[in-house]
Amino acid sequence: MKLLVAFISVLVLVAIPYLGITYAGMSSVFGIIVPYAAVIIFILGFVYRIIKWARSPVPFRIPTTCGQEKSLPWIKQNKLDNPSSTTGVVGRMVLEVLFFRSLFRNTKTELRDGPSLAYASSGWLWLAAIAFHWSFLIILIRHFRLFSVPVPYFINVLENVDGFLQIGIPTLYITDVLLLAAVLYLFIRRIAIPQVRYISLVSDYFPLFLIFGIGLTGVLMRYFYRVNVIGVKELVMGLIALKPNVPADIGSLFFIHLFLISALFAYLPFSKLMHMGGVFFSPTRNLANNNRMVRHINPWNYPVHVHTYAEYEDDFRDKMKSVGLPVEKE
Amino acid sequence: MPNESKSDELKQDELVKIDYKPPKKDWMDTPVHFRHGTYIYPAKAKNLTYLGLPNPREWSPADEDWKLPDNWKDIILNGMKERLDKYRSFKVFMDICVRCGACADKCHFFIGGGDPKNMPVLRAELIRSVYKGNFTAAGKILGRLNGARGLTKDVIKEWFYYFYQCTECRRCSVFCPYGIDTAEITMMGRELLTLLGCNVNWVIEPVANCYRTGNHLGIQPHALKDMFEMLLDDIQDRTGVKIEPTFNRKGAEILFVTPSADYFADPGIYTCMGYLMLFHELGLDYTWSTYASEGGNFGLFTSHEMIKRLNAKIYAEAKRLGVKWIIGGECGHMWRVMHQYMDTMNGPADFLEEPVSPITGTRFENAKSTKMVHITEFTADLIKNNKLKLDPGRNDKLRITFHDSCNPARAMGILEEPRYIIKNVCNNFFEMPENTIREQTFCCAGGAGLGTDEMMEIRMRGGMPRANAVKHVHDKHGVNRLTCMCAIDRATLSTLMEYWVPDVKVTGIHELVANALVMKGEKERVVDIRGEALKEKKGEDNVR
Amino acid sequence: MKLINILSEKKEIVLKKWFDKIAASYPVNAPSFLKNQKNQFANPVGYTIEETIEAVLDVLINEGTDKKAQEFLDRFVQVRAVQDFTPSRAVDFLFMLKQLMKDELKDELQEKGMYEEFLLMESRIDRMVLASFESYLKYREKIYELRVNEFKNMAFRLLERANLTFEFKDDDPAFEKDVSDSDNVK
Repeated sequence: MKLLVAFISVLVLVAIPYLGITYAGMSSVFGIIVPYAAVIIFILGFVYRIIKWARSPVPFRIPTTCGQEKSLPWIKQNKLDNPSSTTGVVGRMVLEVLFFRSLFRNTKTELRDGPSLAYASSGWLWLAAIAFHWSFLIILIRHFRLFSVPVPYFINVLENVDGFLQIGIPTLYITDVLLLAAVLYLFIRRIAIPQVRYISLVSDYFPLFLIFGIGLTGVLMRYFYRVNVIGVKELVMGLIALKPNVPADIGSLFFIHLFLISALFAYLPFSKLMHMGGVFFSPTRNLANNNRMVRHINPWNYPVHVHTYAEYEDDFRDKMKSVGLPVEKE
Repeated sequence: MPNESKSDELKQDELVKIDYKPPKKDWMDTPVHFRHGTYIYPAKAKNLTYLGLPNPREWSPADEDWKLPDNWKDIILNGMKERLDKYRSFKVFMDICVRCGACADKCHFFIGGGDPKNMPVLRAELIRSVYKGNFTAAGKILGRLNGARGLTKDVIKEWFYYFYQCTECRRCSVFCPYGIDTAEITMMGRELLTLLGCNVNWVIEPVANCYRTGNHLGIQPHALKDMFEMLLDDIQDRTGVKIEPTFNRKGAEILFVTPSADYFADPGIYTCMGYLMLFHELGLDYTWSTYASEGGNFGLFTSHEMIKRLNAKIYAEAKRLGVKWIIGGECGHMWRVMHQYMDTMNGPADFLEEPVSPITGTRFENAKSTKMVHITEFTADLIKNNKLKLDPGRNDKLRITFHDSCNPARAMGILEEPRYIIKNVCNNFFEMPENTIREQTFCCAGGAGLGTDEMMEIRMRGGMPRANAVKHVHDKHGVNRLTCMCAIDRATLSTLMEYWVPDVKVTGIHELVANALVMKGEKERVVDIRGEALKEKKGEDNVR
Repeated sequence: MKLINILSEKKEIVLKKWFDKIAASYPVNAPSFLKNQKNQFANPVGYTIEETIEAVLDVLINEGTDKKAQEFLDRFVQVRAVQDFTPSRAVDFLFMLKQLMKDELKDELQEKGMYEEFLLMESRIDRMVLASFESYLKYREKIYELRVNEFKNMAFRLLERANLTFEFKDDDPAFEKDVSDSDNVK
């Protein structure tokens, strides 16, 4: 049911631009208004969410320590899993954000007898997550060739590396394959492992379908139904220069692709995909375990009722004196 | 879990034909069932009243009517809003979970029992669903499809059941790619329940006792001194050394704070004897306090405010007595508070000095702000500097393994110090499997206020992963002692071992130190600190 | 062919199905976890199930002793006793085996003399059920004993610490006197 709702939603998102372009000729709506709106929603939404998080203070320093603390000089500290300095925290965050350190921990277990699909899934999860996120990033960067004249050197390098297999014409990009495969794996995993299926929501399936749709339309455009790339670049450059115009004959497939991307951008700030920003805000990861070295300030620290020593002594003075415990007031 | 027992199920012919597949219901549609043995008795009204906490009353979780205040819904929603605004952790953790399932099988309660709501992700979802339903646009529009739900009395019951089935051990947080910490979620859940007076007595009574008398058990100062007399008699009996510690002494250099279970409960008392002997042998200028006679802080299992209310005594007493710095004994959750909360809540401790060991001259740089040093840091430093005369052979009848207690491991990272001490005071040390120790250590299943007898079944179930690893080293290496540095562990692991691995007894680190410590003027040691023969009698084989 | 030979041939399939049936007695998504997490320490319950059913089948096939089977059954029932099961469900996993054999060996059981062998084996399984039931009760009693002990230890310590109890010491003169008295009686 949840899966179906997500799937149909994405189908609808595909249908809207297709119908709009094919039958209503609304190319300026889908080529100009929607992308602008999506970008505006994305930026405002993203900033709003970040500000909302940032406005809640971090009252306590609560890192989860995953290694030896800094203590006596002759005991070797684990500076990355239990950092005590800013450098260490940066290192920990880099490992976390770029290499999914915590997720990787899952893979380190000995096997009882032979690997099995679902067990190995914890290792595969890390691999698929890495493949997915990195491919996505590289593909995103590759798209910058549409945004810039002349195409920057590093993008050409990246494309060459990505296409180093030299298969097919046009050259097959590895990341294209990886992205689709990883999304597919993440989806299959979500329905195949009962624990994960049990906790999955529409908002878990939807982005998977959406991103798969984006990837698929992109791949179709590149390898199978070529679109008018010159036109596309003209459109994109126009959008960037704030002088939008829509060249003719771009093809509806491109508009579907663009619309899905717009949908993703607009959806992102309001979804779990905000984890891309949120991971930087996680107090169990982004704080140094220097609790006893540097005092952490709680901005809303307020006075509380306490049972003072004077009250305590009043309660027990005679009993204390009877066993020779020193008292303040005789 | 299916536990309704229809009489027809027991008809002979049908017994083998029962379809065991439980109905495939969404978790939101499976309300909790309070069966005896799976919940903790509610907080007594007098304790709540004494602490000034809301809604004191007579009630039971098994009752249909929990006697919640009329405006309970507003209380919870306002309470949630307040906490979302005050704790970034809470807000971020509510927002960023992608339900990847990496945490699903990391909780000892899930591993031992299989209840899906014991998967950390779902435990968080219990409260996240209410957050979505009331605080997010997507949740309000999409409702259940997006995992959102309204707030009902059944939700409150579910929270009570599952937030008191979490030991705040933070194991899941180690594996989460975003560091989402279920302990933080559970703490919020319990704070919210506290607003409605839905507390458990096993937590609230120690809190009330601690508030008034300074310790969880409500031991009054004169009785506390008596207890020490008995420990001192036992020490003299077994070592020939007479020790005279001081209490509430002004002008001492160091204040020593440890959980009260150390001087009251078996087997903690032997660890306590270890502290007494060690400090005596060093001639340390230190004092105990009857006012700050509790290192533990069950406020941690109630609310942030309660942590602060109880913890305030430590610095207040240090200031009153005019000590220079503080040493803390072997305890788990106590150190979570001392390490991660005390300085922020009740500091700055500018009236104290940076801790320097008077014996070795070592400056404890890592405690320069809080001014409180963990006893294993202190002792490891002594051993490293050859300040102790040790005879590890006295622990030879013990074959030892070490349980990393959750909080020292995952809230401090104090992993090597205890191991260094153990390896210096005994000869037979064996590690448990890698994925059950250090930052991946399994909880005793009795922490965070769950260690009461009415929870026995849940405790044995949740403690199974820990016990299973102990059993492994017991079978493989003949391990007969489980060492730990946590007062709750010493109590709950003892019971856990009795059920799962009865040959293994539980011990604190400084009990081992006490056995190995060669003291000035001691008599020939024939018994260990428990009064048991130091060497195995011939023909008696404790080691399998 | 004898029944044990047939069972031996079908061992893998019986074990697999038996495991699934037992795993299915756990809540919604636990079965797949029990089955697929192969690490002994990450999944002690699944490991115990596997160990137990293998041992039981092994005993039946190789005509091992009841005692050996009992050892494993005891360990498994120890686990079931602290999980959310009614008493009948906690020990019914051996009935699952019986049913499985009836289903899996349906055709073979028609053969001559086979049914008698099955009846023999069945009564053996029945004995195991009874043994499991005893284990179950033992562990349930243990739980209550532990409860009482925790409570008693606490109360006793309190009295002792408060100097309210009187304890006989080994070197108590009264104790020695009693001993010598009893010697005299001899």
